[in-house]
Amino acid sequence: MSRKPYIREISKTNWFFSQPRYMRYMAREVTCIFILVYTILLVFALKNLAQGPEAYAEFLEALNSPLGILFNLAALVAAVYHSTSWFNVTPQAMPIQRGEEFVPGNIIVGAHYGGWVVISLIVLFLGV
Amino acid sequence: MSERQIQLEVLRYNPETDSEPRFQTYSVPCLNEWVVLDALNYVKDNLDTTLSYRWSCHMAVCGSCGMMVNGEPKLACKAFIHEYGDQIRVEPLANFPIERDLVTVVEDFIAKLASVKPYLIPKEDKPVSAGEFKQTPAQLLTFKQYTLCINCMLCYAACPQYGLVPEFIGPAAIALAHRYNQDSRDGGRDERQEVIASHEGVWECSFVGACSEVCPKHVDPAGALQQVKVASTIDWYKEHLMPWVKK
Repeated sequence: MSRKPYIREISKTNWFFSQPRYMRYMAREVTCIFILVYTILLVFALKNLAQGPEAYAEFLEALNSPLGILFNLAALVAAVYHSTSWFNVTPQAMPIQRGEEFVPGNIIVGAHYGGWVVISLIVLFLGV
Repeated sequence: MSERQIQLEVLRYNPETDSEPRFQTYSVPCLNEWVVLDALNYVKDNLDTTLSYRWSCHMAVCGSCGMMVNGEPKLACKAFIHEYGDQIRVEPLANFPIERDLVTVVEDFIAKLASVKPYLIPKEDKPVSAGEFKQTPAQLLTFKQYTLCINCMLCYAACPQYGLVPEFIGPAAIALAHRYNQDSRDGGRDERQEVIASHEGVWECSFVGACSEVCPKHVDPAGALQQVKVASTIDWYKEHLMPWVKK
C-alpha cells in the first residue's frame, strides 16, 4: 500500500491568532517596538542636549505635547509588560540548585523585581 | 455513574480515497469518568471499525495517544470528558503530516531524537568489574525532571516555531539532549552540541513557552532550551574571548 501523507498548511502571517498563548507571545514581542522607538528617542535627546540648552528645551517642549505624553505612557506600559513577562520565566532559564533542592522560583523572580525597584530608585534619585 | 451523550467530531483522512481530511461526527454515550480515548474506543468497537488512531497504555505513560482535543495538544487518555462540553473536536497532532485519520507521520521526530544521541556516553570506558557509576541524589536532581519525557510529541504540536520551520530540532529532543548533558555520568556534550547548539537547534527557539504549558509530564522543555542557550553562549564567549581557557 502506498503512502500519501496529508500536510496541513500553516499561515505564515496570521498563525498567532489560532491560540491565546500565541497572542500573549506576540504581545511580548510587539512590546520591543515601543522599546526600540524609545531608545531612538533617547538618542535624539542626547543629540539635542549636545546642541545646547535651547535645542534641549525645544526637545522637552515637544515631549510635553499630547502625542509625546501618549507615546511615553504607551512605552511605559509596553516596557512593564515586557519586563514582567521575562522576569516571570527566569526560573525556567536560570534554575538555581542548592544541594538536594532547587531554590523556589518565586525567590528568583522576586530577586529580579527587587533589582528592578532598586535600579529604578537610583535612576529616580539621580533624576531629581 | 452518570452518562452523557457527546458529539465527537473526528478528523478523518483515508489516503486511498480522500484528497483532503474531513470531519465526521459520532454520537457517543459517555460516562462522566471517561477520557476522550474511551470515547474513541467506543466508536471503534461499536460505531465505526475503520477509525484509526494510536494508543497503548491508557495511563499517560506510553505517549502514543497524543492528539488535538478542541485545538489543544492532549493525551487522549488524560483528557477527561467531564472537562469538556457536549461537543468535542478531535484532530491529529498539529504540525505533523496525517498518515490516516488520527495517526500522524512521526519519522521526522524520531530522526531528530536519534540525532541528539539521547543516551549515556560515558566519559571513559570502565570494565564491569570496576563497579557502578555512582551518583548522588543532588546530581540526580539536576536532570531528573527531563527523564520524565515520554516522547508523546505534544510539545511539537504546540510549538509554532516547529510548525513554521520544520528543520527545528524541537523541544523534546533538545530537552533530552540537555538531560544527558546534565548527567554527572555523561561525557557526550560536545557530540550533542554540534546538533543542538546549531541554528536549527536552540537558536530557532524564541521561547514561546507553549511546549512546557502542554507537557503532560511537566518536563518543562522550554526551560531546558533556555538553559542550553545560556550554556552555548558561555561556550562562545570562552572560545572567542578566552581561547586559552580549556573547556
